[in-house]
Amino acid sequence: MSHTLAGSAPHSRRRADSLPFWNPYAVGFLLGLVLLATFVITGRGLGATGAFSSVAAWVAGLFSPEHAAANPVHSRYWNEGAPLQSWTLFLLIGAFIGALVSGLLGGRVGLTIERGPRVSDRTRLILAFSGGFIAAYGAKIAKGCTSGQALSGGSMLNAGSLVFMGSVFLAAYVLAYFVRKEWI
Amino acid sequence: MLPLANNFEFSAVTNLAIAVLLGFGFGFCLERAGFGSARKLTAVFYLHDKSVVKVMFTAIVTTMVGLFLLSSAGVLSLSDLYIEPTSYPAQMLGGLVFGAGFVIGGYCPGTSVAGIATGKKDAMLFALGMLAGVMAYAELTPGIEDWIAASSRGELTLPDLTGIGMGWWTLAFVAFLFAAAHGMQWLERRFAHLRPLHHPR
Repeated sequence: MSHTLAGSAPHSRRRADSLPFWNPYAVGFLLGLVLLATFVITGRGLGATGAFSSVAAWVAGLFSPEHAAANPVHSRYWNEGAPLQSWTLFLLIGAFIGALVSGLLGGRVGLTIERGPRVSDRTRLILAFSGGFIAAYGAKIAKGCTSGQALSGGSMLNAGSLVFMGSVFLAAYVLAYFVRKEWI
Repeated sequence: MLPLANNFEFSAVTNLAIAVLLGFGFGFCLERAGFGSARKLTAVFYLHDKSVVKVMFTAIVTTMVGLFLLSSAGVLSLSDLYIEPTSYPAQMLGGLVFGAGFVIGGYCPGTSVAGIATGKKDAMLFALGMLAGVMAYAELTPGIEDWIAASSRGELTLPDLTGIGMGWWTLAFVAFLFAAAHGMQWLERRFAHLRPLHHPR
């Protein structure tokens, strides 16, 4: 049964002239080559959460550099007073440009709010912020996210990364039922 | 012997330029797969669109095969690659919390950047929530770091744990990917009725 009868059409519909996404296995192969290149060049994998940690250390430093340098979490990203000169932050700057180029080529760039047909924009934005907050906590505890743990650690057969991946999908599948109105 | 960073001392500027270049490929792939869209990402949890697993699993297996071949050929030193130390309780608890944030928020940290780049306001809110979450973690519960360190088992991989070499594991993952591809095709057909009319393709 279609859900379009149950509520308004989604706000975030694709523009009529946008191109379809690439085959997921083909993109996965390409992404694997990017990750492999990252290992071969830098000796480390990809990551994303570190960039947010660097920005957080920078914000903390605006208030008190002494505090940012002393806090056990901020101090790892303080980088002797230059937290924004972070490898992961520049990685995400590159990712922003790459995603923008891909989106423009595919005709998929435009201001929208992503949500299912049965939830309001306002509720969706509140849930997006809350989800980000919760995900950040999880990533800090697990020492990595989908990029650093699942992708990078997974391809190295890291035991902790495989446990992380299993836990992510377990929690998300169980919770998916309770937040289904947000998405389907 | 690779990795390159072991043979060259990159300048700070070169290092960050490499980050931007690799990031470009990373972000391009994420957007091409449709992962700038929270509906495309969360669809994996409603089983009607398994793109997230297809892309992630293929990427992991591709990298794994590459790492194995390069190290077997003697051009890459696996032991010089960084591995995050394993702490079972930290990765279990962190993973559960992260998974909850993923399905509620609709993105993960990397894909939220692809979402922002293509104009998704909810992705911007997710990223702001991430920043607030990291801030809260650092300011309110920095003691968790000690707990993680205390429960760490150091570098621990499946070959370490089992005594079965990386080549056999790589072979097993390739086989598992092909089996999973068939399984996912079945799942997507079975749960096609959950797919909203305007689902991004």
